[in-house]
Parts: sequence; structure tokens; C-alpha cells
Amino acid sequence: MTITEYFQLLFTDYTLRTITLGTAVLGAICGMLGSFAVLRKQSLLGDAISHAALPGIAIAFLITGAKDTNVLLLGALISGLIGTFWIKGMTTKTHLKSDTALGLVLSLFFGFGMLLLTYIQKQPNANQAGLDKYLFGQAATLVVSDVWLMTFVTGLALIILLLFWKEFKLMLFDADYTKTLGFNTRFIDITITFFIVLAIVLGLQTVGVVLMSAMLLAPAAAARQWTNKLSVMVFLAAVFGAFSGVFGTAISATQNNLSTGPVIVLVASVFVAFSFIFSPGRGILFRQLRFRKNRRELELKKTLQMMFGIAKTHENVSHPHSIKILNNFQGFTKKTIREIEEKKWITITGQEWALTQKGFDEAENMFNKSSDDE
Amino acid sequence: MNQKIAIQVDDLTVAYNYKPVLWDIDLIVPEGVLMAIVGPNGAGKSTLIKSILGIIDPIAGSVTIYDKPYAKQRKLVAYVPQKGSVDWDFPTTAIDVVMMGTYGSLGWIKRPGAKEKKASLEALEKVGMLAFKNRQISQLSGGQQQRVFLARALVQNASIYFMDEPFQGVDATTEIAIINILKELRKAGKTVVVVHHDLQTVPEYFDWVTFLNVKKIATGPVKDIFNDDNLTKTYGINYKVAVSK
Repeated sequence: MTITEYFQLLFTDYTLRTITLGTAVLGAICGMLGSFAVLRKQSLLGDAISHAALPGIAIAFLITGAKDTNVLLLGALISGLIGTFWIKGMTTKTHLKSDTALGLVLSLFFGFGMLLLTYIQKQPNANQAGLDKYLFGQAATLVVSDVWLMTFVTGLALIILLLFWKEFKLMLFDADYTKTLGFNTRFIDITITFFIVLAIVLGLQTVGVVLMSAMLLAPAAAARQWTNKLSVMVFLAAVFGAFSGVFGTAISATQNNLSTGPVIVLVASVFVAFSFIFSPGRGILFRQLRFRKNRRELELKKTLQMMFGIAKTHENVSHPHSIKILNNFQGFTKKTIREIEEKKWITITGQEWALTQKGFDEAENMFNKSSDDE
Repeated sequence: MNQKIAIQVDDLTVAYNYKPVLWDIDLIVPEGVLMAIVGPNGAGKSTLIKSILGIIDPIAGSVTIYDKPYAKQRKLVAYVPQKGSVDWDFPTTAIDVVMMGTYGSLGWIKRPGAKEKKASLEALEKVGMLAFKNRQISQLSGGQQQRVFLARALVQNASIYFMDEPFQGVDATTEIAIINILKELRKAGKTVVVVHHDLQTVPEYFDWVTFLNVKKIATGPVKDIFNDDNLTKTYGINYKVAVSK
């Protein structure tokens, strides 16, 4: 099956439609909430939480002996939340920095989870096959009820987000100030964190424990490049996330059922790379272009200032001067002279240049103009 | 003294881990003064403001604002945090930051409307930043960012203003603009408390001063207590500062 066939089948094939919808919704909620994680500088928290969820999945399986997704995800949610509280506790109660706490919890929980997973695999029970799918995710295992659950949580998150938009924004920007205004910052903090944990847990089946955090961060990082408005950023992140989900799943499903997680993450990374380079405001490419253009402009203005200095000595500013006398100045080239003429700052006749009124005004007002902006 | 008491702090003690940062602070700030809190690094100046505002939980002590617990008087109090305490690359504009000052009186869920927008624009104008209202905040200079923070507090329309080093890293123009606004606030009967570092400007800018170094050294009118004796007690034996006038 090729990608085009896949997208044609999308409208007729029930399973494919389910999977695609599921990953789109998942991408959207992850992008949306990921924006908050990124802006709170908690990018790595997502990584720790997703890894911390693994033992929960294993324990849930050991207790129930069944591979019911909801039960496993409930286990993941509980152990993810425990991991989160440990991290918060460690940073507030000890001298440890948050990166240390994150690293500790991540490796401890993940190590324990892997231990349980290998233990389960040694069991004579045939039912255990497929638990390792939670490591790298397999979108093909999504069923309709999973998609409904994701949609429900996304809807809930959206309602909460719209309701408390003002409070969330304030808290993200300035937590101390939020407190002085009388808002319960603990409540806001717990709400945001809870939904981030929830989004991560929902994504485990599709993207997997190991790469889940990229699903949160990549769309948000890409979206930040395109806008200076929080609402637009959250919206764009949701869109990027949804597209990454859909395309990633399509590629993984059509290419020998590759693990979905890595493919989705790679697609999301393409969004990130594209945004880093090509976004108009913050992108590397346009920044470099602007930088060069500004530098060139300054070089021209520097030469113009020298001409201005010479022209000022005459009563008539447009009195012609020999090009030769510029030779001693730094930064002067034939090309510079031509470009200055193109800007109509000077006129050239033969081997002589003369400042125009426009050039005179430009040179005279150069510093006034830039100080206007300050 | 027939002035009303704006802020009263009793027995305030704050510690990070085992080390006390503030020890048994008693402080009375009369209404309508422009007060500087001075002291060396680590003296607990910011901590004092933050624990009065409930950002930091004290081990002991109480704070009253106009004779009532602070929690009941929040609307009377505005706060200007240190400029460096937030990420200025946050995706928002100057006017948006100023609008945040209205969130407290709006309360939960309710969104700012035309009235709040108008008040915010006025506050921006007062600090001379109206032309930058739609500018992304990362593209403002340090002084401009400080003015935006000040505007955000002004829009709260409070009776008491707490400011944490508002003159840090700003140029002379902004410093003058800010101190003029603070003096205007005092003229309007407001109380202003400022964590301040530049001892030279204390007599010129402020009429009230508190010397702090973990313990309170002295508090009172600048003309009475801003002297070598208190400075030495606060900063150590070798500290010499030329106090003119």
C-alpha cells in the first residue's frame, strides 16, 4: 500500500479512519498542552512523566492479567502522577535542581518498568505479547473506544483551557504576580500539570513511552516560531501536532507497520526544522537575510555620511566633487557608489558625484530617525 | 503622628532551610510615604516584600494592611516584581502585559473588556509607552520593560505599591520617569515601598527609609535616620558613604 492509496482508503476503510482520527486528535491535544509545557520551561517534565508511566502499565497488567487498554492506561496515569509528585517533592524539599530530579525519576521509573516488562515476558502466559508496543507505540492497535476517550479528554481540556485562559496565561508569564492578585496558583498549576500528564498517558499506546515527550514539545517549538501571540501559538501547535499524527501514522502503516512513535516524531521534527529555518520573524534564513541587508544599508549610510561631511563644506550641498577624494575612506567601493546612486542620494556625472537634496536629508536625519523608535 | 498606618508587620520571621533570612521584623509604614528598603545583598529585602505579599510563607509573624489581614486587602495592594523574574520572550505584547493588572479585580474566568483595555492604555500612556502598545515584549529595551511592569501595577489602581528594584538596569531617562511617577503616587496619597540599591539617591527620592539586614536596623523619616550610624550598622564597619545635606 502506498501513501496515496492509504489516503484514498481513508474514506472507505473503517480501521484506517479510526487510526487516523485518533492520531489527529492525539496530536492536537499534545500540541495544545505542549505549548504550556514549553512556556513553563518544563519541556523535560513530559519526558520524565512518560517514562514514569511504564511501570504503571506493567503493574496494571500483572494485577488484572488482561491487556485492556483503559486499565493499562489507568495504571500509566497513576504511576505518571506519582512520578510527577516525586519530581515536585524532590525539587521543593531537597537542594536538588529540577533537571536532577527529572533525570532521577525518569531513569528510576523506566528502569523499574523495564524490569517488570522482562519479568512479564518470562511468564508462561501467552497473553503478555504486545505489551512492549507501549515502548515505541503502535497506532494500528487503536480502536474506536480509544478514539472516543481521546476526543472526550481533548474536549474537556479545551473547555478548561477556554474557561481559565486568562489565569493560565497569567500564571505562565508571572507566577508570583498571579499569587498577589489573589488567584490560587496551586490550583492552576495542578490543573495544567494534570492535563499534561493525561495527554501523555493517552499518547502512550500510539507514540510510546520513549518518544512521547517529543509529541508535546515539537509542535509547540515549531508553533512558537511563527507567532508572538499565545493563542495563535497554542492553535498552531495543535494543528502541527494533528498533521504530524496523521502523516506519521500514514507512513508507518504503509511501510511494513513501522513503529508509529518514531515516525510521528520524525514528521514533527520536519515541522520544527522547517519552522526554525523558514518562519519569517524568528527563522534563521530571514534573520540572516535581514542581518545582511541591514549591514549593507549601514555600510551605504556610512559612505553617505562621509559624502555629507564633504558636501557640508560647500554652500551648495549639490556641488559636485571628484570621486577620487573618496578613495581614502574605508568602505568605499565602486559598487557602493552605484548603489547610493540607485537610492537617489547622489547623482554621478563623469568622474564626479553630487549629493542630492534627498541624500542630504537622509544623512542629516539618520540619527534622529533611529531615536524616534526608542 | 496622626497619619493612618498603611502596613503593619509583626514578628515576621522567614527562613530558607535552616538559615533565617528575616528575623523578627516589626515594621510600621504610615500612609502616604515613599519608602526605600535598603540593605546589603542577602539582607532579605526582596524576601520582606514577598512575604508581606504572601508569595513566601513566613515561619512566624503577621501582616496587616489598613488593620486587616493582607488576604482580605489584596485589592489595595499592587506589586512590581524584579524585571528579571519573568521570561521576556513570552509570546505576548506590551498592552497584554499591562492588562494583566486588571485580572485581579476581574476575578476568576471573567475576561477583560473595553473598560479594562482603556485603563491599560491610560497606564501605558502614563509611563510613556503608548507608542509601543503592540510591541512584542522581547523587543522592548530593559527600561521599557520596567515601564511596562510599572504600568501593569498602575492599572491595579491600588493604595499601596510594592516595587522590587525598579531602577535596576535602567537608564537615567527611565529612572527619572519612574521616580516622577512614584512621587505622583505619593502626592495622590498612596504608599509606595521600594527595594532600593543606590544609597546616593535615597535622600533625593524618598522620604521614608527602612534599614534591613536580616533584622530590622531602623525605620523612619529619611531626614532623621539616614545617617552614618545606621548605614554602618546595616552594611558593616567599613562602609562609608558621603551623606550630603
